[in-house]
Amino acid sequence: MSDTHANTVAFVRETQIPQSPPPATERGIVKWLRENMFSSVLNSILSLLSIFFIFMLIKDLGPWFWNSTWNAENLAECRELNSGACFAVINERWPQFFFGFYPAEERWRPVLAFLLLFPALAPVLFDKAPRALLVVTLLFPFVAYWLIWGGSIAFPLAVLLGFVLAFVIWKALAKTQPTIALIVSVLVLVLYQLVVGGAGLVENILMGILGNPEDGPALLAFEEVESRNIGGFLLTLILGITSISLALPIGILLALGRQSDLIIIKYICVGFIEFIRGVPLITLLFVANVLLAYFLPPGTTFDLILRVVIMVTAFAAAYLAEVVRGGLAALPRGQYEAADSLGLDYWQAMQLIILPQALKISIPGIVNVFIGLFKDTVLVSIISMYDPLGIVQPILADSDWNGILWELYGFVALFFFIFCYAMSQYSRYLEQKLRTDHR
Amino acid sequence: MTAVTDHSQGDEGFRLSQLLYDTRYRSVTIQIIALLALIAGLGWLLNNAVSNLAAAGQDFNFGFLGSVAGYDINQRLIEYDSQMTHGRATLVGLLNTLLVAVLGCITCTVIGVIMGVLRLSPNWIVRQLSAVYVEAFRNVPVLLWIVLIMGVMIKVPPQPRAFRGDNPDATMSLWDSVAITNRGIYIPRPTYEAGSALVVGVFLASIVAIFAFRWFAKKRQEETGQILPVFWVGLGLFFVPAILTQLVMGSPIGLEYPELAGFNFSGGIHLRNSLIALWIALSLYTGAFVAENVRAGILSVSKGQTEAAASLGIRPNRIMNLVVLPQALRVIIPPMISNYLNLTKNSSLALAIGYMDLTGTLGNITRNQTGREMESVLLLMAIYLSLSLSISAVGNWYNNSVKLKER
Repeated sequence: MSDTHANTVAFVRETQIPQSPPPATERGIVKWLRENMFSSVLNSILSLLSIFFIFMLIKDLGPWFWNSTWNAENLAECRELNSGACFAVINERWPQFFFGFYPAEERWRPVLAFLLLFPALAPVLFDKAPRALLVVTLLFPFVAYWLIWGGSIAFPLAVLLGFVLAFVIWKALAKTQPTIALIVSVLVLVLYQLVVGGAGLVENILMGILGNPEDGPALLAFEEVESRNIGGFLLTLILGITSISLALPIGILLALGRQSDLIIIKYICVGFIEFIRGVPLITLLFVANVLLAYFLPPGTTFDLILRVVIMVTAFAAAYLAEVVRGGLAALPRGQYEAADSLGLDYWQAMQLIILPQALKISIPGIVNVFIGLFKDTVLVSIISMYDPLGIVQPILADSDWNGILWELYGFVALFFFIFCYAMSQYSRYLEQKLRTDHR
Repeated sequence: MTAVTDHSQGDEGFRLSQLLYDTRYRSVTIQIIALLALIAGLGWLLNNAVSNLAAAGQDFNFGFLGSVAGYDINQRLIEYDSQMTHGRATLVGLLNTLLVAVLGCITCTVIGVIMGVLRLSPNWIVRQLSAVYVEAFRNVPVLLWIVLIMGVMIKVPPQPRAFRGDNPDATMSLWDSVAITNRGIYIPRPTYEAGSALVVGVFLASIVAIFAFRWFAKKRQEETGQILPVFWVGLGLFFVPAILTQLVMGSPIGLEYPELAGFNFSGGIHLRNSLIALWIALSLYTGAFVAENVRAGILSVSKGQTEAAASLGIRPNRIMNLVVLPQALRVIIPPMISNYLNLTKNSSLALAIGYMDLTGTLGNITRNQTGREMESVLLLMAIYLSLSLSISAVGNWYNNSVKLKER
């Protein structure tokens, strides 16, 4: 066989030719450029336009950053020293951007509260964090309030005691009478806060032990800081974090109410959600600022920050309710029926079967609402609170810095960008982690 | 022990504990309690409001809307001067809100669609640039964009006096028709002379003709499968007849150009800085959200649809028009409605830069001048609420008309 072969064919190649490299236009960076930037005439034009745009941007912005001034007394001096940006204004005013008009010697308190925020958030955000940190999370609101607003520890401690009392009662009764346990513990909490807590009995007793800071030296008491002195990014974070953590449970309850079979509950929720979603946040802030006083008993005054938090929370909760409702509606009917057939009651079914799935579906929407809420906190500058955007106005009005623009707004924008972008990245992480469909 | 009686089914009469433990009655109990709590809460608030108003010596009426406003509004669509009533000022403000909302909705759609499509482009650098645009605008508060753009509008363009002299520092753009100054933008104003009614009439008729042609083309396609060039014919109908009439009639619709008079421009239409800044900021901000919706909508059409269309031999641009877009639109439209709603509500931030919209007139100056805080804020909320509800009603009606008709 091989003989015949050898005789009939003049030449048989026995080894393979080594592969020649692809042509120069089909490899490396040239190939990538051809495929990704110059694949057609239109694409080439678009690419060239984009490159020109980026070039112009760098040509303008590069020297602006490069020739920036960090140390100067005022804008005129800045312009004399160098041709670029004048970051000296941020160098001079950064305490206001971060703390508003918080007393300088007390600034370590909000900083400490901010540092405590990390261990408090860790167990909520990441399941790998040790569970013991949850104690920090539960105590954080009280500690942070005490640190930021100051005063005696008696008030936050008295409020905390109410929660502990309600929890103990609920725990004791929950085994035998779950419904009654819930009702009784909520009643105890409300009665305690209205009648005993606050400026009431427990606080006075504690004050008696620790000493009243108004009378003289007292244990565990800081100098009080008024709400109107709190501003800057500190105010943004207070408003943002408080409203986010309050809005989530309220939003879920509203969504459940809207999906409920109980007609009256359903229409109360629908009315609330549609009303809040139909008006701009700024009008709700007007309500917080001027109108709320009309609707409360004569003589009641409470803190502007608290009023704003209530309104922003209501606003975010209505939007959250719609997002969660989308998640609830996306679940197949069989899930609800399966829960019923297992004999679970309404709250068990929701807690164990429906909500875990519905919330997972609605994560991107929930985080979007949070990002929106965080951004919307700048609206308080319109009702003359000194959030970062509100801080810019007095700086612009100052004759030293009159005429500066990009540096200030750019700084504030950068802050919001970092926080909001981090939130959206976290939502991606959460989606990845909770993905169970193995696609 | 074994003879446990089932109380819930017996006729042993009604016991009070059934209200809590019997599921048949429990829902009624809960609802009645909720209703009572709601009524009690509202009653408490109302009672407080009545006693507070009485204590302050105020009453609750909207009569103040009929009294003289006494303040000026520089940007207005209808006749208004400071001797007119607060009600008229409110109306001017409402029209200003609607103006910026309509302008913003149009531009944000254009920007959003372009950026959304570019984010899916095969071109790497274009994709990155549009991603940067979307992230930058979505992650920074819209109020910051509004005040920043307002600041730029005031600082960067030249003053009107820079246009003076034989060798001016600044010149008007677009063949001397548009003047961009730090006091706003001056554009030509159309003037109507005898015969312009005919031009307008022809223009309106050609718009009707465009719709008629689209309807005809659709019917033709369904009957014969032949596709008519709807886009080009529509474009031609839009421009050609009206321009022809205009030329034949000897240009009855003219343009009044803005001219430098003294230290300022006169003539033409003066678009205030505040309007321009609000318009640009709202369009760019909402455009970023629209871009994401458009991208999500196009991605939601499965690749199999495109491939199936291609295997039927349909050309790429027709695949887009006939297969991908109709399916993507169903995903895009519902979030678009809420984007338009958000833009309308965000236009209330005009207050920060002094654009006299509804919040600026009724919610700010009228409220402060008359001291009628309760009435002003409640009326403001009611107007915005009805505005939002009508936008979403129109949106839902449109959504239902393009929705997949399932049986």
